Amino acid sequence: MAEVELQEAVVKPREKMFSKKNMRVLKEPLMDNNPITFQVLGICSTLAVTVQVRTALVMSLAVMFVVTLSNVAVSLLRKYIPSKIRIIVELAVIATLVILVDQILKAYLFDISKQLSVFVGLIITNCIIMGRAEAFALQNSPWPSFLDGLGNALGYGWILMTISTFRELLGSGSFFGLHIIPHSWYAAGYENMGLMVLAPGAFILLGLLVWVQRTLTKTVHE
Amino acid sequence: MLEHYLSLFVKSVFVENILLAFFLGMCSFLAVSKKVETSIGLGVAVTFVMTITTPVNWAINNYLLKDGALAWAGLPNVDLSFLGFITYIATIAAMVQLVEMVIDRYSPKLYAALGIFLPLIAVNCAILGASLFMVERDYTAGESIVFGFGSGIGWFLAIVAMASIRHKIRYSNVPNGLKGLGITMLITGLMSMAFMIFSGIQL
Repeated sequence: MAEVELQEAVVKPREKMFSKKNMRVLKEPLMDNNPITFQVLGICSTLAVTVQVRTALVMSLAVMFVVTLSNVAVSLLRKYIPSKIRIIVELAVIATLVILVDQILKAYLFDISKQLSVFVGLIITNCIIMGRAEAFALQNSPWPSFLDGLGNALGYGWILMTISTFRELLGSGSFFGLHIIPHSWYAAGYENMGLMVLAPGAFILLGLLVWVQRTLTKTVHE
Repeated sequence: MLEHYLSLFVKSVFVENILLAFFLGMCSFLAVSKKVETSIGLGVAVTFVMTITTPVNWAINNYLLKDGALAWAGLPNVDLSFLGFITYIATIAAMVQLVEMVIDRYSPKLYAALGIFLPLIAVNCAILGASLFMVERDYTAGESIVFGFGSGIGWFLAIVAMASIRHKIRYSNVPNGLKGLGITMLITGLMSMAFMIFSGIQL
């Protein structure tokens, strides 16, 4: 065991913790390879929890917790997992972390955990987490895997925050539960857009967001 | 009694369509809705698996996990509900495997049609979502079967409709940035709006 480690050390000189390559791993998922708008993963929860900014923020943090830790755990175990049963091992790791999140939310943020309802449990089948474990953590050492998880969680988070800001502002005229649209506007005939609170609003907003982002980065799909 | 089940069925297919109202199963919906034939295959497989896993998870929840569910084993004070998520997902993965083997043995034709979709299904959020909704809404055994089947049919309808629309717009002149995901999301939005017409229907 010690010999093997020595050999590896000789072949691969230790990389700096914040080397350029590692920073790219962290930055890429934010824009150029965003998990939602480019890899098209994890759409379900993106849409379901974005009626309010508060729930979207809690969801982003929960996903961040699960994806970074599952990436680290899978990466630590990568040499011991037989490739035939890797999916069930990954699922077990992810499900355990999600149970932790669920119990913590139930204990300290009960209202929000009620609002998120089944979508906390559905983090298990959020394709981003499974996808990162499969595509990145199985081939890389723990530190880059941690950064990759963090980057993807941030990429997921900012899309969630953007959509939820629009939905809450246009749909209920508030931000983080605080009323923002002045009363004089309502008196002048302004009305909240009911559609934004409902499912179609979420689909259409995400479609428009994807359009804007792909036009900005000039990517053509298919 | 029959009326109640019928109303639940209509509700889970149209009014509370699992995809268009709760956004579940979007990943495979977006990935597999390019061709009508494959989307029919996946839709049938999802319906099939959901009809089986929802009642199975109902039984597991009611006889093993729920607070006091172990009373039949002489342990009335045990509450294992925190194990819910991991048990449901394991059940789903195991059931998918089982269904795959049974179909392979008894109906090779069906296996040839569904085979490639079955492994995909284990991580389809609609399946886990149906089980979690069933637990949250406290359905009875009969209701859980109807709900599982209805949700599956609802998902089937949505993906087949989507595949047909995508087939139609293949040669339309869509702006560059909107191609692919963008236009699909907009169409899904319109479809979801159309399905909202059903809300308020009661039998």
